[in-house]
Amino acid sequence: MSVARGVDGSPVAGGRAATASAGGGLWPVSAALAHRAYLGMVRIPATIIPTIVMPVFFVLAFGGAFGALTQLPGFPTDNILNWMAPFAILQGASFAGLGAAFNAGRDLENGFYDRLLLAPARRLSLATGPLLYSTARSLFPMCTVLPVALVGGARLVGGVAGLAVLAFAAAGTALLAGLWGLGVVWRLRTQRSTALVQIGLFAVLFLSVGQVPLEAMEGTWLEVVARYNPFTAVLDMARAGFLGPVGWSDVLPGVAAIAGGVVLLGWFAQRGFATFDK
Amino acid sequence: MSTAASVAVLSRRSVIGTARQPATWMPGLFFPLLIAAVNSAALTRATGLPGFPDVQSFLQFLLPATLIQGVLFGGIVGGADTALDIQNGFFERLLASPVRRSAILVGRLAGAAALGGVQALVFVAIFVVFGATIEGGLAAVAVLVVVGMILAVAVGGVASAIGLRTGSQEAVQNSFPLIFVLLFVSSAFFPTELMSGWYQTAAQANPLSWLIDAARDLVVVGFTWNQALAAVGWSVVLAVVGIAVALLALRRRLRVAS
Repeated sequence: MSVARGVDGSPVAGGRAATASAGGGLWPVSAALAHRAYLGMVRIPATIIPTIVMPVFFVLAFGGAFGALTQLPGFPTDNILNWMAPFAILQGASFAGLGAAFNAGRDLENGFYDRLLLAPARRLSLATGPLLYSTARSLFPMCTVLPVALVGGARLVGGVAGLAVLAFAAAGTALLAGLWGLGVVWRLRTQRSTALVQIGLFAVLFLSVGQVPLEAMEGTWLEVVARYNPFTAVLDMARAGFLGPVGWSDVLPGVAAIAGGVVLLGWFAQRGFATFDK
Repeated sequence: MSTAASVAVLSRRSVIGTARQPATWMPGLFFPLLIAAVNSAALTRATGLPGFPDVQSFLQFLLPATLIQGVLFGGIVGGADTALDIQNGFFERLLASPVRRSAILVGRLAGAAALGGVQALVFVAIFVVFGATIEGGLAAVAVLVVVGMILAVAVGGVASAIGLRTGSQEAVQNSFPLIFVLLFVSSAFFPTELMSGWYQTAAQANPLSWLIDAARDLVVVGFTWNQALAAVGWSVVLAVVGIAVALLALRRRLRVAS
């Protein structure tokens, strides 16, 4: 498969699509941009560490350190890995979304974005390409964390349905993280702004039921914040298959949270791009 | 220029450089405080678990760990700045000037120590404002600040060694996960008595646990010379290791440069 290359030999996003069809359709260009991001990951494997290695470490660390928390009244499982593995997977998925922001920040700094803007491609592909890549990359933490958790004693009692909602939650988290990251980077136009992206992601992840259920934090400020944090619903959906059979009541709030987040953060990213493209 | 004068000038440059770039040291304050805020709320009921040490609150239990976590993250700044000096050519200019070679490193580590001391004071103040009691009083606070400064030298030394070896800020920043691992596999966030299996064994064998446990006793139980000396002693051991690897990296860099 041939890919158009720039003067430095690196794959040029949109190159193949843009030369193949004048005017560069949305999906061919998006696929080319996603492919370029994929090649970047293959060439610099260190960039995949946050998506693969860190979630595995998280599940081992949280599982090892906080195993005794299952003794708390109201804790819904007696194996901490059933609780922590989905959390670690969604953390990895959020890092996958962050990758889109990192790549955009780098391209903005090295001038590649200017070339993209001059190309006969739809502007929307600058978002859909990286988001396609991030969403696909959200499967990586699942492939690494799940085996570790299952070996450690976690049980996916929800079966295929449990696995499907976990994958959907991971993909949704990566998508939302990517939209948030692109919105920030397009506004601030520097790779350094990804520190701000990380702070936002970190806050949303941890101000939820990430570590313990709402019952265990009853009476604290965190209970109020976590109850109204939409990510709690996404996390509940991801965990459903580890805690019992998956029912619609476990899934629908999570789906609604992701749909609402896509609308809200999509608008945030679109406004960011409009600011950048002025 | 005498060695002392060189160290003073380079230390001042390090401190001013850090102060002028809040983006580099703010995460070292923000993230530990956020983790402390979340954990103290999420894990507050864990203090009632059988085997959990007798503490006033989970916030009090977390104080030494949060302080050390912040100092560890902040210590990386010194190493990243060393790499930046190499990247932008300032290091070469320093080598061409009549400055003692060791002063280049000592100046950077002195700056890291100053940042570590300030971080320690800020963490203690914020925890006290939010209700954490320090049973060891002002003497314990003084020990915590000294530990913060020495530990900053330890991490700054290791980070500087990476910076000197690679000349890459990115490589220094990438050492962050290693510190995260060291911190997490310790008694920082949960008592080792309540852990199990290999994780408990690893946490109990981690020198950071020995340091944190000693500092925690000063906060939770009260001031004793034994625990004060243990906290300072383990910090010094880590600092000696940090300085040693930094000196080796500096020697190698000088050999390559000459």
